[in-house]
Amino acid sequence: MPSNTDIKTLESTALKDLDAAADAAALEDWRVAYLGRKGKLTGLLRGLAGLPLAERKRTGKQANELKDRLEEAHAARRQSVEEARVQQVIEGERLDVTLPGPPLPLGRLHPITQTMRDIVAALTGMGFQVAEGPEIEWDHYNFEALRIPPDHPARDMWDTLWIDYEVDGRRPMLLRTHTSPNQIRVMERSQPPIRIIVPGKCYRFEATDATHEWQLTQVEGLAVDEGISLTDLKGTLAEFARQMFGRDRQVGFRCDYFPFVEPGMECRIDCFICRGAGCRTCHHTGWIEILGAGMVHPEIIAKAGYDPERYTGFAFGMGIERIAMLRYGVDDIRHFYANDLRFLKQF
Amino acid sequence: MRVPLRWLAEYVDLPAHKEDLARRLTTAGVEVGEIIRTGGQWENIVVGEVVKVDPHPNADRLSLPTIRIGNGEERQVVCGAPNIAAGQKIAYAAVGARLIDGHTGEPTTLKKAKIRGVESQGMVCSEKELGLSDEHEGIRVLPEDSPVGADVAEILGDTIFDFDLTPNRPDLFSILGIAREVAALTGAKFRDPPIQYEEKGAQAKSKAKVTIQAPDLCSRYVAAIIENIEVGPSPDWMQEHLTAAGLRPINNVVDITNYVMLEMGQPLHAFDYDDVARHHIIVCRAAKNGRIRLLDRSRHKLNEDVLLIADAERAVGIAGVMGGHNSEVTSKTKTVLLEAANFNGPNIRRTSQALKIRTDASTRFEKGLSPHLPPIAAARAVRLMVEHCGGRAARGLIDVNPGEATQTKVTLKMERLVRVLGIEPTDSEVRGILTSLGFGARWMPPDRFIVRVPYWRTDVNIADDVIEEIARIIGYDQLPTSMLRGEIPPLIPQPRRDLRERIRDALTDAGMQEIITYSMTDLDSLRKVLPKEDLQVTQPLRLANPLSRQWEYARTTLRHALLETLAANVRGNHELVSLFETARIYIPRDGDLPDEIESLCGVVSGRQPDRWGRPVGDLAGFYEAKSRVEHLLGRLCVSAGYREAVDFAYLPGRTAEIFAGDARIGLIGEVHPRITEKFDIDRSVAMFELDLDAVLPHVPEIPNFQPIPQHPALEEDLAVIVRDDVSAAHVQAVILASNLVRAARVFDVYSGDPIPKGKKSLAFAITYQAEGRTLTDEDVAKERRRITERLRNDLDAELRG
Repeated sequence: MPSNTDIKTLESTALKDLDAAADAAALEDWRVAYLGRKGKLTGLLRGLAGLPLAERKRTGKQANELKDRLEEAHAARRQSVEEARVQQVIEGERLDVTLPGPPLPLGRLHPITQTMRDIVAALTGMGFQVAEGPEIEWDHYNFEALRIPPDHPARDMWDTLWIDYEVDGRRPMLLRTHTSPNQIRVMERSQPPIRIIVPGKCYRFEATDATHEWQLTQVEGLAVDEGISLTDLKGTLAEFARQMFGRDRQVGFRCDYFPFVEPGMECRIDCFICRGAGCRTCHHTGWIEILGAGMVHPEIIAKAGYDPERYTGFAFGMGIERIAMLRYGVDDIRHFYANDLRFLKQF
Repeated sequence: MRVPLRWLAEYVDLPAHKEDLARRLTTAGVEVGEIIRTGGQWENIVVGEVVKVDPHPNADRLSLPTIRIGNGEERQVVCGAPNIAAGQKIAYAAVGARLIDGHTGEPTTLKKAKIRGVESQGMVCSEKELGLSDEHEGIRVLPEDSPVGADVAEILGDTIFDFDLTPNRPDLFSILGIAREVAALTGAKFRDPPIQYEEKGAQAKSKAKVTIQAPDLCSRYVAAIIENIEVGPSPDWMQEHLTAAGLRPINNVVDITNYVMLEMGQPLHAFDYDDVARHHIIVCRAAKNGRIRLLDRSRHKLNEDVLLIADAERAVGIAGVMGGHNSEVTSKTKTVLLEAANFNGPNIRRTSQALKIRTDASTRFEKGLSPHLPPIAAARAVRLMVEHCGGRAARGLIDVNPGEATQTKVTLKMERLVRVLGIEPTDSEVRGILTSLGFGARWMPPDRFIVRVPYWRTDVNIADDVIEEIARIIGYDQLPTSMLRGEIPPLIPQPRRDLRERIRDALTDAGMQEIITYSMTDLDSLRKVLPKEDLQVTQPLRLANPLSRQWEYARTTLRHALLETLAANVRGNHELVSLFETARIYIPRDGDLPDEIESLCGVVSGRQPDRWGRPVGDLAGFYEAKSRVEHLLGRLCVSAGYREAVDFAYLPGRTAEIFAGDARIGLIGEVHPRITEKFDIDRSVAMFELDLDAVLPHVPEIPNFQPIPQHPALEEDLAVIVRDDVSAAHVQAVILASNLVRAARVFDVYSGDPIPKGKKSLAFAITYQAEGRTLTDEDVAKERRRITERLRNDLDAELRG
């Protein structure tokens, strides 16, 4: 039978053991040993059953009070042990916070992909959808359907790489020189309203130097609907330029010629390096040309089977490498396809 | 095209601010590519007047002129020029002036000097010293009215606009064309040059004959006869204009044809009349294999597509390109037959490309000149020859196929103007702009203009062409801006593109670097990575005009590109390099465009980094490539399987095909050392390839949600001993066949003692779980017995003790 003395003894050994418990595991062992289902205090309480009622009440009360005290002591001890442990970490296991973390491999998208994505995002935000087309094209789509017949002097604007394949003494197949042929393909298979962009690779018969590559990437835009005018084209391009190059950009337009648009224009932004004062990047003009554009030629609208009196449209096209060069300050276009990791890892 | 502003100013008054003029022209579509200043470098060179010329005391060939240079100051210089004389205005360079050294041709600074014992206080300049020409025989004499003391730059210097013109505006390839634009943009008055002259003697028609045998290629031929010609140098002002425009003066007759070509845009040719057999010009197609020697002494073989100018006996020139050597104007020429014709643009372009001759004439003709221009240009040239070559013009012009005096008329509805430009200019604004450009504009109430297009504007044919004229003169920047309105078209799904972009994201997330390489390659590169038979069955498309042999074929694989890029980036250490590219490959199809297959290729090579990033870990191999593929396919929610495969580029036994459902979607493996060696890569490389079009059907649009099990799972390890050739996937499949097993993950492979030879141990962590109830230890024990039973029966597998 447990007695008053037993309770006292249990308390003193329990508290002594508790003092000796120096870490979380020892504390848990102590809790199991004294307060657990098969613990010493629980055993003591179980033994009360054989005592007379009055004594049982008295001893039981003392035992329960002891349980509260032990739980309290355990909690307090646990807290002090934890504090001591933290203190130990703070004082004894200090880290050199300047050491690097174990490296995780860092993969990067090619800067052309990154630039392309930003351009596509800016334009899809204005309701344009992506429509890709073939890179190896028919002369028909690349030139003729764009109002550039054979022997037209405008063909000089796009020096061409031809596939070695002849039909009736003519070479009908080529590496597309621009993304514009997909304008025609999309118009052939859809009805207005049309609002598309065509990202993709293009190729030119062009010697490479710091600003010329024979392989390049373009984005073409096309919108055809009722009520589209030159002011919409201006607004769209201005918004695009500001999204790409900063809200405070000034956008300028000048007349230019592309056989498949009328009127035709070129879009320029004020040089964000010198802010119009004149520098190397803008060839001391204060302006940087970023894209060509215009109203879709009414003959092209008519050939697509749309009523040119009812439908108008605009088209624009730009070189991604040029835009990437401007954004990142890259001074030589040949970096993009040299794929030197020392270059690619900067983006 | 180079346009000297002094010349331009003869036809239109120019504003003072030249940069501003260049900007306005450029904005209107007439792009000034470069502004060149001659004379801008002349500092301390002023107009001086020769007061007197004293002899040099110590040298007969030298003289001592005294020069008045303004502000009452005079200087005595030493001069070697024979043409110096009192009263002349000359270019005086003070000490310190920047000049061209007359002997070396190099820029230099003028220093104080004593010449044969007499001090020279500066010098009198020759053209060479001024950088104007190579003339160094005498000094450059300035016009008499040049103000003494003025900067010589003001008298001799010029500004030249070098235009980058667009091919739709042949009219701008002339000083007059540019002058018309300037007039329209600034409001200044445009002045036509005079073309009248006095006719004398016989009718031109009686002196020569012109026959056009190919009217489809020559729509008009105008000829003039000028007799009594004295060939000699052309006047100074003409030589100066030509030189400034970039042409070399030759003689008065040739200079006049060039001068009028630059002035009016119509190429002309002067034949020596006496060299034209029977004085008969015949415009005809060349005979096959015909030959000709041109003015520049070059010889060419001809074909039937070439349009010739012939006389009664032989070819005397290639139409629109260059005249023949046999009929050129020489110092002995007495009579000139002047040609001003209109030739078919595309034909001239074909000829000029075929013969590889581009001339000032061909670049103008190929753009399509107005048939109205030849008689005007001919008259202008005849007038100049009468004036400057002592010529006597025969009466009238020979004009074959003058055609009808057609005039393009365009109806411009105001409604269309508003529809295209989005603004409504007033009637008078429209009329004002069109008139300034030489168009006629008649208002037809209630809503339209009838626009008469001037003959030189061959590019304007429809209402929208006229609208561009209005927009560019108003200035695009003056138009308001608006945003697109209206219906947004329905979404066009782009599954291939979406997949490609997801792949790029997944692989960069897995630490791989994206590269973009050239689409073209050479056969050697393809042969390195593809078996011969493949290249015979699928012969890659070849370019007819490759930029280099290196880029001659459209690639049918990406392998070589990844390996080349890897080779270029492998440095001395073994740093882990992992690259990928997604691009199209081009599989030829008979008589059609090639199939452009979206492909992916990736390579991994090098050692895994340690905690400090040093490449000291294991060499990356098959499994490192596979982990990237698994990461990718996991991202795409594609459940894929792998089985051993054999391929030309890969090492047997370390190669797998990747399949989804029944379809092969790609390959993965270690690159065969025989291949890496060809790329000069001296370390092992693991590679993978996916065909995006094959992957696509296995990519769920949206992953399917599986309810999270409500009842707890029990985990247990199971190790079995199987034959070496039994794959982990096979064992796993048997384990997974149990419907109480939710997952079975392999976590150890072991062979060697105490496992018998030819066998291996595979350990799996198995997760047991049932729907609707909590599994007991007994349930699991029972199921484990069933599984081991099946493993024994199917795979001869023993439980490892």
